[in-house]
Amino acid sequence: MSEDKNEIDEISGTETTGHEWDGIKELNTPLPRWWLWIFYATIIWAVGYMIAMPAWPLINGATKGVLGYSSRANLVSEVEMAKAAQSQFLDKIEASEVVDILKDEELARFSRAGGNAAFKVNCSQCHGAGAQGFVGFPNLNDDEWIWGGTLDAIYTTIAHGARYVANEDTRISEMPAFGADELLEKDEIDAIANYVASISGTEADSALANTGKELFVDNCAACHGDVGEGVADLGGPALNNAIWLFAGGVEAITAQINQPKHGEMPGWSDKLDDVTIKQLAVYVHSLGGGQ
Amino acid sequence: MAKNPKENKQEKIVLYEARKNIFPKDVKGNFRRFKWFWLLLTLGIFVFTPWIRWDRGPYASDQFLLIDLANRKFFFANIEIWPQEFYYVTGMLIMAGVGLFLITSVLGRAWCGYSCPQTVFTDMFIWVERKIEGDRNARLKLEKGAWTFEKIFKFSLKYLIWLIISILTGAVFISYFAEAPQLAKDLITLQAAPVAYITIAILTATTFIFAGFMREQMCVYMCPWPRIQGAMLDENSLTVTYNDWRGEPRTKSAKKLKAAGDLVGDCVDCDACVAVCPTGIDIRDGQQIECITCGLCIDACDNVMEKLGLEKGLISYTTLKDYTQNLALASAVSEDEKKQLLASHHANHNVLMDNRTIVPSKVRDSKTNKLFEKFKYPNWKLFLSPRNVLYFTIWGAVGIGMLVVLSLRNPLDMNILHDRNPLYVALSDGTIRNGYDIKILNMVPQPQKVELKLEGLPNAKLSLVNNNNEIFESLILDLPPDEVLPVRLYITYDPKELEEVRTNFKMIVTYLSNERTTSAVTFFEIPAK
Repeated sequence: MSEDKNEIDEISGTETTGHEWDGIKELNTPLPRWWLWIFYATIIWAVGYMIAMPAWPLINGATKGVLGYSSRANLVSEVEMAKAAQSQFLDKIEASEVVDILKDEELARFSRAGGNAAFKVNCSQCHGAGAQGFVGFPNLNDDEWIWGGTLDAIYTTIAHGARYVANEDTRISEMPAFGADELLEKDEIDAIANYVASISGTEADSALANTGKELFVDNCAACHGDVGEGVADLGGPALNNAIWLFAGGVEAITAQINQPKHGEMPGWSDKLDDVTIKQLAVYVHSLGGGQ
Repeated sequence: MAKNPKENKQEKIVLYEARKNIFPKDVKGNFRRFKWFWLLLTLGIFVFTPWIRWDRGPYASDQFLLIDLANRKFFFANIEIWPQEFYYVTGMLIMAGVGLFLITSVLGRAWCGYSCPQTVFTDMFIWVERKIEGDRNARLKLEKGAWTFEKIFKFSLKYLIWLIISILTGAVFISYFAEAPQLAKDLITLQAAPVAYITIAILTATTFIFAGFMREQMCVYMCPWPRIQGAMLDENSLTVTYNDWRGEPRTKSAKKLKAAGDLVGDCVDCDACVAVCPTGIDIRDGQQIECITCGLCIDACDNVMEKLGLEKGLISYTTLKDYTQNLALASAVSEDEKKQLLASHHANHNVLMDNRTIVPSKVRDSKTNKLFEKFKYPNWKLFLSPRNVLYFTIWGAVGIGMLVVLSLRNPLDMNILHDRNPLYVALSDGTIRNGYDIKILNMVPQPQKVELKLEGLPNAKLSLVNNNNEIFESLILDLPPDEVLPVRLYITYDPKELEEVRTNFKMIVTYLSNERTTSAVTFFEIPAK
């Protein structure tokens, strides 16, 4: 620090602060006074903010602040506002039959969006996020419906499930284990398997298939239809097409006739409200296969 | 021409300084007239633009310029811009930026001096101040005087008028974002949205404080633009310059000294230039960051020169290049000449400027009492410097590019999103179905009917959501005015007809009314064979 406090720098003509480091002197270019005041104002603001708003972290949470701000409370109120905004649609859906929802384009769009969200939460675990299904879990995009693809049928399936013993109205179908329970001989099963493969357009032994045709009518047609076209009311899947719940081909068909696998779908009426189930039905119907 | 070092007084170091109030004196002249004209023009555009009507039919606003934030649309005459066309705004910003570069390069800080809202509003506020409190001397006296009834009355009246102007400024500003006539009605009847009043309150506060009290402090301490301009000016930029080569040696007693045989410059040190300066500087100290080049000191000095019967332009717009040349022409060339000059003149008469000695006899012809003709003044060729031409070319190219893009702009647009999960669905009859989410943008304020058809996928079967009983070859769709129509479309096709896993094809949408069309390429996917 130099003795003379008001030294003037020769080159710039500016006063120095008197601070000097290794011969380099600091020039004093004064800030405007109001700038300082704004700085003080920000300090006061910060103190006020700490009092008014949640600020200090504590072991469990933080100080609450006198204004009682909470982002969680804000979220709750936003969700309530969203629900209130949705209620006009939800009330209409509740009052309408599921088939009538499609008559109102706006309501249908709302239902598809709501159904999509509910599907992602409740259904995608088995049917896939795109409802594309997996082996044993039906693809809901295609045009084959084991229990029917009309809006009402889809609604009933979702509400009551399939082979879901907890629900009295659940859809029940059970294919006998023709091989394991010795209802048919091994060569009869082979013949039926070849026949089923042939009507679905896959490779099959035509001689066996011819034998199998009669056996099919006797043993299988009651549930799967005379030509394997399926009986939705009984939950008998169509066999005369390219879509397989488990797998196609003689070997896989033989295995299924011998010792059938059965899927189970929960009924959702005890978990989801009716409005959500209606929305789910509209959504699943909209995936492209709805009848 | 650095500032003279302040005298070395023994006082405490002050790290912060209070704003020194500035009392600019009224002045008459060409630049002042131009500033009034420009002020009225820019404010007029600002105030009246929201009130211009433009018929767009029953489905859209009839406001000439409307920034519709709620619906995310920008209307300007018959141009309508949607959010995804934000590149028009980018183009406008580029034009504004390069335009500022161009103006700065050609005319120096002309933006600061004439067009900047801070300058315009400050000018207007000073005008109010002057009308109520009187000119510079009266205002100085009032400021220093005691708090009499008169002072309180005048100050209150001034603040009241400033406040009214500020509120109107805020109200006009928000009129760009809403239907102006309806908004005005709502504002007056207190029916407008709270956000409108809050925005007006904020703008009122900023206008009142910035134009009333902060004034030149905004430019000196806050605005980044003077710093950028500092880097953009060069020796060919026009800046307001005190031509010391003809002004020095300055003296208050020119007549006496001349009578004594002394040579004096044109500057009579009357401080008229300082009195009128809205940023409170002395232009004779040279280029300073505070100088917004408003030209008022030129007017003030020209008036004085006129009275003295001397040429105008002691303070003038000039370039550093011309100035330097003129200074060299007016200066003593040799040490001998310098000594001679110093010896032959009045002892107190300082003719030294930055170690140069200006020789008035080289400046003014003693017989005719006119400036010699050798001195240089800016001319129009200045504007044709390569840099200016480059800026202008960029500016023009962006502008023409925008005009071309705007004139070719299609009000019909389409986006297609092919389903990602599942990519395809195998149907029972062996055909494959793909799902598409299509958005058709109808960017005109009229409802339109369009036809949607495919190209590159012959005889494809189209169906709509929740309804695959109806199969279409092409679709007729109703587009609501100025809205996006979402369409969920399914296309079914026989995979045997296709060779590749992914087949590209085109979707074409056409207005039935005028055949305007748009298309987008997407694909149809089948399982690998």
